[in-house]
This record gives sequence, structure tokens and C-alpha cells, in this order.
Amino acid sequence: MNSKFMVSFILGCIVVLLLRCSPAGESTAFTDTGPESWTDNLEEYKKTWPDKFGIGRSADKDFIARWDIDVRPDGKGLPKGTGRAKNGALIYSNKCASCHGINGVEGPEDNLVTSSNGRNTIGNYWPYATTIFDYVRRAMPFNAPGSLTDQEVYDLTAYLLFLNGIINVDYSLTEQTLPAIEMPAKRKYVLDDRQGGPEIR
Amino acid sequence: MLKEKGYFQRIRNHVRWLTGVVVVFLIVAATLITYQYTNNQVIEPDYASKIVVDPSSVQGAPSSGVGYRSKFDSPKRIATYASASRTPLEDLHGTITPSDLHFERHHAGIPEIDPDQHELLIHGLIDKPIRLKLADLKKYPSVSRICFIECSGNFRYGKREMTPGEVCGLTSQSEWTGVLLSTILRDLGVKPEAKWLLAEGADGALMARSVPLKEALTEAIIAYGQNGEAIRPQQGYPMRLVIPGFEGNTQIKWLRRIEVTDEPVMTREETSKYTEKVKNDKIRMFSLVMDARSIITFPAYPKKIETGWQELRGIAWSGRGKVAKVMVSVNDGKTWQEAHLQGPILEKAHTAFKFMWNWDGKPTRVLSKAIDETGYEQPTYSQLVEARESRGGYHFNPVVGWDVEKSGQVYLADIKDIL
Repeated sequence: MNSKFMVSFILGCIVVLLLRCSPAGESTAFTDTGPESWTDNLEEYKKTWPDKFGIGRSADKDFIARWDIDVRPDGKGLPKGTGRAKNGALIYSNKCASCHGINGVEGPEDNLVTSSNGRNTIGNYWPYATTIFDYVRRAMPFNAPGSLTDQEVYDLTAYLLFLNGIINVDYSLTEQTLPAIEMPAKRKYVLDDRQGGPEIR
Repeated sequence: MLKEKGYFQRIRNHVRWLTGVVVVFLIVAATLITYQYTNNQVIEPDYASKIVVDPSSVQGAPSSGVGYRSKFDSPKRIATYASASRTPLEDLHGTITPSDLHFERHHAGIPEIDPDQHELLIHGLIDKPIRLKLADLKKYPSVSRICFIECSGNFRYGKREMTPGEVCGLTSQSEWTGVLLSTILRDLGVKPEAKWLLAEGADGALMARSVPLKEALTEAIIAYGQNGEAIRPQQGYPMRLVIPGFEGNTQIKWLRRIEVTDEPVMTREETSKYTEKVKNDKIRMFSLVMDARSIITFPAYPKKIETGWQELRGIAWSGRGKVAKVMVSVNDGKTWQEAHLQGPILEKAHTAFKFMWNWDGKPTRVLSKAIDETGYEQPTYSQLVEARESRGGYHFNPVVGWDVEKSGQVYLADIKDIL
């Protein structure tokens, strides 16, 4: 029993030594395991998914109406209303002039009105008038975003368009007339045409 | 009687004196305790300590709930404005950006959002509009993907003393975990006329961007995880859009609404901002994909190198797929050699490149140039200016280099001088 154990122990040691000493290829060469991707086996995994997850709760019309605030160039999303530059002037001097300057050119924040300083403004750079309504209602004034009423936003939009010489002072800006305004910069806009490959664009 | 009165008088004086001492003692003690509690700073001696403790001969610090960096090596973000900070690319190793060093860009500050109060509304040209809480989002099958997010306004220059992070630190890489947008939309019945989606954040700016649905659907993720933990507030907690390869601004943080539409909304961020002037007096819009780019992060300002062998290191990336090659020059562009790329080379991900270089001590300039799998080669400044007739703006990704002076001090090379 004891000698058998000794023999197997010695044999075992020899095997281990042989294994360790055998030249198992270059020790510094590594096998390239090929590309790895986030999509590896994803299609296989998808086959195990149910047809429907049915997660979350359905959103009703009222809920969507409260959240759906965006205004598109075709006027979709604009509330009914009429804006006038004269009314906008007062709101502007109270709520906007401290950041954009009393004439829309003095800063310190973005220039809103075209002047000789060459800066991008609503008048020379913005392609759609509806964007003014969408953005002012969404994010302005900076110290109280979302606090303006639709009426105030209409009046301010009219005032900013008037300051840039795009509408007259007595123009009535409505959900019908605002989308129809052709902005001077619109003709300059082109869609991205970069597509990879050797060409630099 | 008089004697007795004097005795009591003396005792009263003793008591008064003792009370005085106790009151003074209490005031001193209270002051000291208040000082200890209000002053958290470790008091360091104002002279260099001569005592060096051998860490192998003392007990170290105990374990803690959250780990910390070594006080000897603790990189910081480069704060440029209140509304942006940059990743210190030169301080990082490998390709993952630690979450607390991920660049920041916000347009109305960082909102604090309680996930129990937060909902994501998905509606528009779909059969079944839904509201999802963070807990709902986590029920879907998840994906994880390593990719970069880069702001498209990510190039600064103008002086020699600029670090890689200051030049283009508005790019960071994370492993993002979440749900593929396609997985959710599959349940909701997207109508055939759907061509775009509007993504909107819950921050003060209600940041909103339109993205073409076809391109977004293949890879977009609604993410809640970043590098193994919840997304940090600066990166969009509790949920954000991740669209690998797209400009950072489209990857709306603090995501609260997705509207499937037939037309883009033309928000301020896709018209007045994030558009660039190109030749013939045109303005390019919906420039969504980030082109290939690279930067050497060592040697770079403010480092000083010694003569002899060094590993030149950097990162390269492309929003159009994998980095195919990075070419480096250690002689101001006279000759170019291929750098080693660290595998695995992932699509739309920062890829580390290295090049062993024996510096002979002579002044020189080192340059790097990324080439992606579409065959796009990172252009020089002059090539970009010629192609666009514009000297900057969004999506400006020129070859950047570093001047190594005789002393070994490294400075940012003049961008207009790189041909």
C-alpha cells in the first residue's frame, strides 16, 4: 500500500515535470481570437424573446397633450393666438434684455438681431420662424424656463421678427401666418452630405 | 454673627470663582468641539515631513463604502465654462473614461431627478403610446456597448500651452447599458410614414433634437447604466439616449419624451446651433455622424520627455465604424509609420494606439492621423479650410501635433503649420 502510493506519487511528479518542461509554443505569442462585437449572438438571443413585452402603461390623449410641446415648421403644435411686436417689446425689455441687450445686439448672451458685427442671429441664420416660438416657450427666459404664457411667446416672437426686419410692427402673428414666414437664411441650408470614404467635406 | 457672615462671604466667593472657572472651561471646550466639527480639513504641517512611513510596516486604511483615488494621482476634469467641462485625456490609461471624468455639456445646468417622479413618454406615429418608468425600462432585455460620445464642437487651439484635454477633451468613452430603442418600438407598432423621432430632455432647456428614425433604430439605446453603475446626473440620470457615432447633442440626457414623426421639428439646436458654415455660403444641417479623428496624448503638453525610447500613445476614433489604421510621424510629416492598435478594436469606440520611438534629443514634431474602415483619412487644418471655406465650427477634426523642443519640453504645434 505504502510503496504503491510512493510509486504513484513519483510517477505523478514526473508527469507534472514533463508537462511543465515541454515547449508549449512560443511563450510570448498570442492567439488572435478574432473580432468581438456588441452584437455577438444577439440574433440568437432575440429568438428567445416573447412577441410582445407589454411593459409600461398606455398614455392617454390628455397626458400626451400636456407634454407634446414642440412646434414644427408646418405649424403643427402651434396654439391658437395672435402676437404683436408692440406687446412683445415690453416683455422683451423686462425678461430678455438683461441677457440679450436692449436692442438684441449688446449681449452678453447670443445676439438675436442682425447688425454689422457679423454674428449669427435670427435674421441671418435661423431658417424657420416657428423655431423661435418653440425655443422661447421651451427654454426661456434663462432664469425661469417655461414660465412664459403662450400669449407672451407669440408677442415676443413677433417682436424678434420685427427687430430683424422680417415683419412690420403691426403684423398680426397667428398660428396661420407664423409658419408662412419665409426666413432669409432658409435658402442657405443644405443637408449633410458627408458619407465617409476618402473625400473631405 | 459678623464672623459667621464673613465665613459665608468667603464660601460664596469660592463658589463664584469655581463657577467662573467651570463656565470658562465649558466655553473653551464648546469652541474646540465646534471647530473640530466644522473644520474638516486635515491639518498638514507647513514644512516637508522628514518622517517617511514604510507602508509595509504599518496597518493601512480600513475598507470603505466607496473607493477613492490615490492622493498622489487624482486627475480632474478641465472646467472651461459653467456649462461644460472636459475629460483630461492626457491623464487616462486605456480607453474607458472614468464616469466622474466624462466630459459635461449642459444647456440649463444638471437637473436632480427622482426616478420615481420621472417618466418617459413615447408617442407620435405609433399605434400604442406608452409611459415608462425607470423600473419599466429595466424589465426589457438589456444591451451593453462600449462607445465614445463626442461633442461636435470639440476643437480648440490658439496657444502652445494646451493639453490634449483642452484641445479635444469633449469626447469620452463608457460602457453604456440599457434597452435598444428598436426593442421598445417593436411593441408599439410604428406607422409606415414614420421617418424621424424627436428626443426631448427633462432639463431646464427641455433640450430636443430630431434624428432620422432609420439610422437611429439600428443602434440607439435608451441607457440607464454607465460603466457598471447608474448613469451619473451629469450624463443624464436616470435615462438618456445613446446613439453610437452621432454627435453628442443628439444623445439627449434626462430623456423624458420620444415622439415618432414624419418630419424633423427643426429645433433651435438643429438649426441655430450644431450646424456649420460650408463653402458657397451654405449652412450644413443634420451633420450627425462624427468623422474619424486621433490625438497623441503622450508626449503632449505639459510633459517633458527624456532622450531614448518612449511609447508614443494616443486615442483614435470614428463615428462611422472601426478605426482601420493610425499613421504617426515623428519627423513633422516627412515620413509616416503605422502605429500599433490595441485590440479589441470596437466600432465607434476610442481605440488606443502606440508607437515605440527612440528620441535622439533633436527638436521635432510628432503627428497622428486616423484612417477609418470607410477609407476616410483625418484631414489637416488646411484641407478642412479648403473643403469648407470655413476656419472652424462644428465637426472640425484636423490632424493635431506636438512640438518637442531640445529640452524635451512638449508644446501644441501650430495647427496652420501642419501640412
